[in-house]
Amino acid sequence: MYPAPFEYYAPKSVGEALSLLSQNADAKILAGGHSLLPLMKLRLAQPAALIDIGKITDLYGISDMGNTISLGALTTHHDVEHSGVLRRECPLLPEVASHIGDRQVRNRGTLGGSLAHADPAADYPAAMLALGAHIEVQGTGGKRSISADDLFTGLLQTSLNVNELIVSVRVPKTNAKGQSVAYAKFPHPASRYAIAGVAVWVKLENDQVSDVRVGVTGAADHAQRAKKTEDALKGKALNNDAIAAAAKLAADGLKTLGDVYASADYRAHLVNTLTAQALSAAQARAHGM
Amino acid sequence: MKVSMKVNGQLREADVEPRWLLVHVLREKFGLTGTNVGCDTTQCGACTVLMNDMAVKSCNVLAVQADGAEIITIEGLKTDGQYHPLQQAFWDEHGLQCGFCTPGMIMAAVDLLKHEAQPNYAQIRHGIEGNLCRCTGYENIVRAIRQAADKM
Repeated sequence: MYPAPFEYYAPKSVGEALSLLSQNADAKILAGGHSLLPLMKLRLAQPAALIDIGKITDLYGISDMGNTISLGALTTHHDVEHSGVLRRECPLLPEVASHIGDRQVRNRGTLGGSLAHADPAADYPAAMLALGAHIEVQGTGGKRSISADDLFTGLLQTSLNVNELIVSVRVPKTNAKGQSVAYAKFPHPASRYAIAGVAVWVKLENDQVSDVRVGVTGAADHAQRAKKTEDALKGKALNNDAIAAAAKLAADGLKTLGDVYASADYRAHLVNTLTAQALSAAQARAHGM
Repeated sequence: MKVSMKVNGQLREADVEPRWLLVHVLREKFGLTGTNVGCDTTQCGACTVLMNDMAVKSCNVLAVQADGAEIITIEGLKTDGQYHPLQQAFWDEHGLQCGFCTPGMIMAAVDLLKHEAQPNYAQIRHGIEGNLCRCTGYENIVRAIRQAADKM
């Protein structure tokens, strides 16, 4: 299957990409192409132009910035999974990346592409919410930083403006004592997309939860936080009873989607179950530290 | 558009439309028909080749994205007339029935063994998740990859 014809551009800099983007009203950014190209081959997307950012060297690489780690938009899932600095300092991301698609998909698919596409069943959005990541974007008007909480707005919708490009993602280091993370996922057995997935970040002080973030993906039209679960845990000891009680609230208020794979009710059940699993894994890791 | 890439050690050039996929250029322009097109939807892995030393599904890479890249296909695995240990192991362990998925399966396994030289059976199964065999021959495929790991 061939995509419909399009104009192809391969800019060498972000500035050049942005000016191409503003000159071509119906252009799409091509990163790894592992969401966009399948859509184009099925003719579900027929952009008039593709702006291939793969040759922009500034968009690659993982850098230690002190308290945070910066990941270029074109960092592949493979690079996230195998990054030494991430495994040491922000282990949630390698854990989540290892669950994405399959080997070949992880070799090509990119962090920035996944976030900009905002597939409701993608894995990274849950991790971004749990980590409180910041998405650094650049447009013709300049740069800005979008909190992960504000990025995902609807089905395949983000708060990116049409002429903006994700250039990097900034995540906090979570290796300090008392912090723990985990991801629990129920994958579709063929596509490996999340039928539901829950990422958690927990901070313990004096054996009590001083802060916690729970990111849920796959269940609703876009990834979002399970704030009722977070509120129920704050100030409590992270034990089995507290986890069980808080996890029951995870799908509360979430507009879960039903489809041929799973009904809305079943997805809600999965969200609660996976939240309990992720929190239990984080608890076990916290106490192992 | 002109693209050039190093394919199995040889510099090759082609005049392509931007919408052409890498697999079409390999098969139809370069005559390397060992790489198969199976599902054509990035699921089955039959079109797997190595691009810059990484396994990719060549039905989901534009030829223009591979401009300047180094590509290895199943035809490029043999050295000095000798089969690659994975090719030999698939033969020895009967890691195929119809053979359609085999080139992609082997190329994915090359990538797997590069990153995990001595995978256990679970790691092998995880490593070839992106490749489907509709003859249900996974048992022998996994055994073949394990045998190749022993010999490499």
